[in-house]
Amino acid sequence: MTGPATSLDQLQIGVRARIAAIDWDALVESEACRLRHFGFDEGVSVVPLHLGPFGRDPLAVRVGRMTVAIRRIHARAVSVIPEAA
Amino acid sequence: MIPVPLVAVAGNPNAGKSALFNALTGARQKVGNYPGVTVERHVGKATLPDGSPIELVDLPGAYGLDPTSPDEAVTRDVLLGKQKGERLPQALLIVVDASNLDNHLRFALQLIDLGLPTVIALNMVDLAKRDGLELDAARLEAELGVPVVETVAVRKRGMSEVMERLHTLLLAPRTIRAGEGPSHDPLNLQRRAREIAMAAVVSETPVRRITHRLDGLLLHPVAGPLILAAVMFVMFQAVFAWSAVPADALEAGTLWLGQAIGNALPEGVLRSLIVDGVFAGVGAVIVFLPQILILFLFILVLESTGYMVRAAFIMDRLMSHAGLSGRAFIPLLSSFACAVPGIMATRTIDDPKDRLTTILVAPLMTCSARLPVYTLIIGAFIPATTVGLGIGLQGLVLFGLYITGIVGALLAAIVLSKTAVKGGGGAFMMELPKYQLPRVADVLIGLWQRAMIFLKRAGTIILFTTIVLWGLASFPQAGPGQKQSDVSVAGHIADGIHVVVAPIGFNKDISLALLPAMAAREVAVAAIGTVYSLDAEDESNLETLEQRMAGRWSLATALAFLAWFVFAPQCISTIAVTRRETNGWKWPIFMVTYLFVLAYLAAGATYWTAVAFGLG
Repeated sequence: MTGPATSLDQLQIGVRARIAAIDWDALVESEACRLRHFGFDEGVSVVPLHLGPFGRDPLAVRVGRMTVAIRRIHARAVSVIPEAA
Repeated sequence: MIPVPLVAVAGNPNAGKSALFNALTGARQKVGNYPGVTVERHVGKATLPDGSPIELVDLPGAYGLDPTSPDEAVTRDVLLGKQKGERLPQALLIVVDASNLDNHLRFALQLIDLGLPTVIALNMVDLAKRDGLELDAARLEAELGVPVVETVAVRKRGMSEVMERLHTLLLAPRTIRAGEGPSHDPLNLQRRAREIAMAAVVSETPVRRITHRLDGLLLHPVAGPLILAAVMFVMFQAVFAWSAVPADALEAGTLWLGQAIGNALPEGVLRSLIVDGVFAGVGAVIVFLPQILILFLFILVLESTGYMVRAAFIMDRLMSHAGLSGRAFIPLLSSFACAVPGIMATRTIDDPKDRLTTILVAPLMTCSARLPVYTLIIGAFIPATTVGLGIGLQGLVLFGLYITGIVGALLAAIVLSKTAVKGGGGAFMMELPKYQLPRVADVLIGLWQRAMIFLKRAGTIILFTTIVLWGLASFPQAGPGQKQSDVSVAGHIADGIHVVVAPIGFNKDISLALLPAMAAREVAVAAIGTVYSLDAEDESNLETLEQRMAGRWSLATALAFLAWFVFAPQCISTIAVTRRETNGWKWPIFMVTYLFVLAYLAAGATYWTAVAFGLG
């Protein structure tokens, strides 16, 4: 069971999802490079864990075995398909 | 002489690389800078099992050989033998975090493809086990084709085996591997890394990780900021409370030593140079050492536990309004004690432009050296009355000066990030590492290195400048009936300064104090004191300095003087450390210029407003 596709910044805290696609063109090259270094890739499992206290930004996301902080605007470039709990 | 073999220690950030480097080299290490960049070079000595020495270089943590920061560029260039100031390493020690193999193996695969003799330290296997992850090191070794050693660097586990493997590699004749055309497509590498990592996992039991539970509290939307505020409060209490005794002792000690040496010397120029120049000048700067060390103790502990990144996470959104990233929060906060450790702490900011903006606005934070100046002027000119609700007017003015500094820094950051330092990433992409207990030895090594950097500054640039300032104030020497402050070069310079600062309400005495105050702001207090004690010889000496000033300065002048010190970059140490951290004179000169312009405008605006209200 999977839910409808959405973007990573819209995903509920604690909801596991699989990366469907990443809009690399929406990112500056150095940002895209850093995201790839963090292991962002199609098919990788992600879970948003925490939100920044001010304006719900940035996001702490578990990607693979790593937890990384990225801003909402960058999370928007990552489209995900939620996995059913 | 054949140089000692060089082994490069490389790996991802947060792989425990520096802990491993410290465990292998102990205190036998040196910190310097790579030429032309502000990236620290850490080298240390270690001994192979046969007793022969090797040199280890701890390369900056990197995610790959395609750099996104100056640190990563140095790592790549050293490994390709292209870095100035470093020879090509003979062997490579790759450090990977056992519980984050999927990610760390990607960089490791890139490094193995370089073809250097390589050992892999599978580090923090204890933490992986704690998280329910069991790995097969032999399988990993077979998959990667290079020796893999299980290590726990913070407990020195596996260190002798690492040295044995390195020894074997360095003894073996260098086999040049056929360049098989390594896959440079990052996504392919990533997938290969994941396959290998998967193959090496023996068993995995999902457990609720300690880090996740701690983050639930420390990154909580309400509790998180409150805890951060509490941590910062404790840090500042400590900086001021713990430093008072050693700072006083240092001050008394330098004074005593200066006088003792002075008394042993004959009256004359040499004695004046030693006592009034060297000891008074360097002493004024050395007193900040306790504060700087306490501040760095906190910064190092916050950094090594993993909390620093969380603080940046909490503050990022607020800092982004000023064109900065969350990473700038701790350096700017530290600058309230002293801009020197604050500027040194900007090394944790990855983005070079964000880092530069942070350095340039750090001196606007009200550092503790401004307090003596503020206290003197407020005490002399602001009546000790209350404005209602038990709020004292003097305290309110002091508070206003702090707020002016903060607002000035934020506005300057906004303007700078859109003009002079344009093109800052504005990105905030950071790994949130596992929480760890800091190792005392690692913290002490870091503290020692920071202290040495500061003392070397005090010993060279600051010493040189104070001697020059002393020379300007002492020559030519006054004849009978003349005042030293009138005839000296400094006196003539003060006449020149007075022409410039007279429109903003500064009198000749202030002009005279501004020059020595370049060494450190609080020297202005001593300078004004000297001027008035010289002039006051015929009058009653019972008057305090505050009373004397109150009689000679108008309120408008006093307020303008306060406004001046909110902005004026009068601190040789800050300028020196900015030169060091930005690697040249361009940015310190820019910083000094824009801050003096701001100081002049702020003092002028204050003076003319006050005069318009009849306070002149």
